[in-house]
Amino acid sequence: MKKLMLLTSGLALCAGMAVANDDLVTQMDDPSQWAIQTGDYKNQRHSKLDTINKENVGDLQVAWTFSTGVLRGHEGSPLVVGDTMYVHTPFPNIVYALDLADEGKIKWKYEPKQDPDVIPVMCCDTVNRGVAYADGKIFLHQADTKVVALNADDGSVEWEVVNGDPSIGETNTATVLPVKDKVIVGISGGEFGVRGHVTAYNMSDGSQAWRAYSMGPDEDILVDPENTTHLGEPVGENSGTNTWEGDQWQIGGGTTWGWYSADLEENLMYYGTGNPSTWNPSQRPGDNRWSMTVMARDIDTGEAKWFYQMTPHDEWDYDGVNEMILTEQEIDGEERKLLTHFDRNGLAYTMDRVSGELLVAEKYDPVVNWTSGVDMDPDSDTYGRPEVVAQYSTEQNGEDVNSTGICPAALGTKDQQPAAYDPETQLFLVPTNHVCMDYEPFRVSYTAGQPYVGATLSMYPAPDSHGGMGNFIAWDNINGEIKWSNPEQFSVWSGALTTAGGITFYGTLEGYLKAVDTSTGEELYKFRTPSGIIGNVMTYEREGKQYVAVLSGVGGWAGIGLAAGLTNPNDGLGAVGGYAALSDYTALGGQLTVFALPD
Amino acid sequence: MSTGLRLTLASALVALPITASAQNWSDQPVDPANHDETVAYEEGGRYFNEEDLPTYNVAEDGTVDWLTFSGFRRYHAECHVCHGPDGEGSSYAPKVKNSAVHMGYYDFYDVVVNGRGNGNSVMPHFGDNPNVMCYLDDIYVYLKARGMEAVPRGRPGSKEAKSESIQEDEDACMG
Repeated sequence: MKKLMLLTSGLALCAGMAVANDDLVTQMDDPSQWAIQTGDYKNQRHSKLDTINKENVGDLQVAWTFSTGVLRGHEGSPLVVGDTMYVHTPFPNIVYALDLADEGKIKWKYEPKQDPDVIPVMCCDTVNRGVAYADGKIFLHQADTKVVALNADDGSVEWEVVNGDPSIGETNTATVLPVKDKVIVGISGGEFGVRGHVTAYNMSDGSQAWRAYSMGPDEDILVDPENTTHLGEPVGENSGTNTWEGDQWQIGGGTTWGWYSADLEENLMYYGTGNPSTWNPSQRPGDNRWSMTVMARDIDTGEAKWFYQMTPHDEWDYDGVNEMILTEQEIDGEERKLLTHFDRNGLAYTMDRVSGELLVAEKYDPVVNWTSGVDMDPDSDTYGRPEVVAQYSTEQNGEDVNSTGICPAALGTKDQQPAAYDPETQLFLVPTNHVCMDYEPFRVSYTAGQPYVGATLSMYPAPDSHGGMGNFIAWDNINGEIKWSNPEQFSVWSGALTTAGGITFYGTLEGYLKAVDTSTGEELYKFRTPSGIIGNVMTYEREGKQYVAVLSGVGGWAGIGLAAGLTNPNDGLGAVGGYAALSDYTALGGQLTVFALPD
Repeated sequence: MSTGLRLTLASALVALPITASAQNWSDQPVDPANHDETVAYEEGGRYFNEEDLPTYNVAEDGTVDWLTFSGFRRYHAECHVCHGPDGEGSSYAPKVKNSAVHMGYYDFYDVVVNGRGNGNSVMPHFGDNPNVMCYLDDIYVYLKARGMEAVPRGRPGSKEAKSESIQEDEDACMG
């Protein structure tokens, strides 16, 4: 492994552009490492390691632990590249480089100086979904939107660039995508009326290569009106402004804080855009393109190849930012390059990732009720649109009316917590929320840097179900079916990991790390870590020994909505407090726990 | 030598509030018996206590005054993403339903308008946000009603109608 690092540093010196790309690809292809947050460019979160398997996972033990010294919500995961593990924290966004060849000794620590004024403009806790590695550098995207390239060996700053302006509500929670000679980054702030964008910086020096806004004029959103398509049809001119009234698109939301994937053969990167601002749909008539959209863009130029808007004119805050998982599977007897996406809106989409054709759109939680389904007829005027059920339409019910019993809640059937794919069974293992809501929109006015929400909502566990607030499910993306579903007391807010050992790992908000049989969902192991888990499970190998690691540290959306427990106002007084409060199970604490089999 | 000592002291001082503010699930509870929020008089649909401060009014059948209802709505749009549903607090922000009782009207007002910082725990300033400022009394009486357990968690079941003078005030404030 040391040799590999030396080689990497050597190559970095004579920095060829293609070399940077090859470096990370090589690192990701080595199953003994975890070189990118998403497992690979395809976002499969699958490891070929199989030393820990169905037969022995029950014997798993804690190998070592590490406190991060930070008490906020810990999303994302560590990376392992060569002999070093890179651990990040929520605000203040500390990065630790731990020397795995020397019992995890701290090789270096980087702590940026950030203005605490950024804290309150971060919606929903000061989480950060982790650092990225490429070309001998560690990339940190701080809360205040500064992107920093650190020397992976000593933590020294190689370059830094500011991507946004926190004083108007632009912040960052996401990791970055290093691909080819670029570092591609997103922006948060949909609840502050920012206009979302994705930006590519040159990996060598941090200079800006391209920026693509989610809405606005064609030159801002980087489309070719004739060649960029939406469900096979050209998007035409002014597609980013002509479904908005007036200048509302300038504060239109469509932020880009999810996970990104890439297909190097097609030279495309994939991501989704968030909700249109405000949450009051009556204040922004029209489809609000291109919020809530799956986007495929050229890695080198940012030009859009295709879009698919999943939730035109959002009425429920169903951000479309969740990960796009890339697979090659047979569908109708033909091997195709697919993209599978579990949207906040409760629908799981399977698409052809080359052409942008919609193949499957089905509910991945049976309680989803705001739509009766997506029009799959290519000849129909409403092809690709979800049919909205009038009863649950906060637009049709209007301002100052409380629409009740909408499933899923605003946090979605799944939020950012990433799903994993298992190539052996062709199953997707998906952490989900099982929560519904009442939603009442009302008029708000915009002030730069202030919340721009315009709706009140109450959330509660899905009625007439198992009473819990989550499920962990296995999904068949070809047939659009749930294969198995494990009820969970709380929303599952932890990214899953599948392994060639036939097992799937995930964390729970009570703090359990769980291992289940990927084929059946049977629980094979659980261990209670010091705090609730909203981090993602990763695995790596050293000297023939496989390790599994996860960050604990409750917080994020889960720490807000579930801390005191949810209530169902429709159940009347008797049920108040009757649902589980997360604060009865866990307390704050940032800790990494690393597991292994006994010697 | 003395510089080094001062540095150490300074970092200790910086570090302290972070530790102190980090635990939010154990805020000071409210004992309703120790606080008198009896309504002294009503004026155009707004209720006041003996000290002429805005307060809530809950009828025997549970009907709440308009401001308490309106405060429920505005709270859950502007405040709950940090302070949790029903003023119950989150993993990082305090139970404001109790703060509304303990702090008193003027301190509460001051913190919402100007914000305050406490290490990595930061309350933003809302002084230039009409969606908050035009409804500050609403949010205050709603949270006080929650802190005093005068209204249960969740959406108030029934409410008084919005009075003309409240509507006029709102229109004037929102512009």
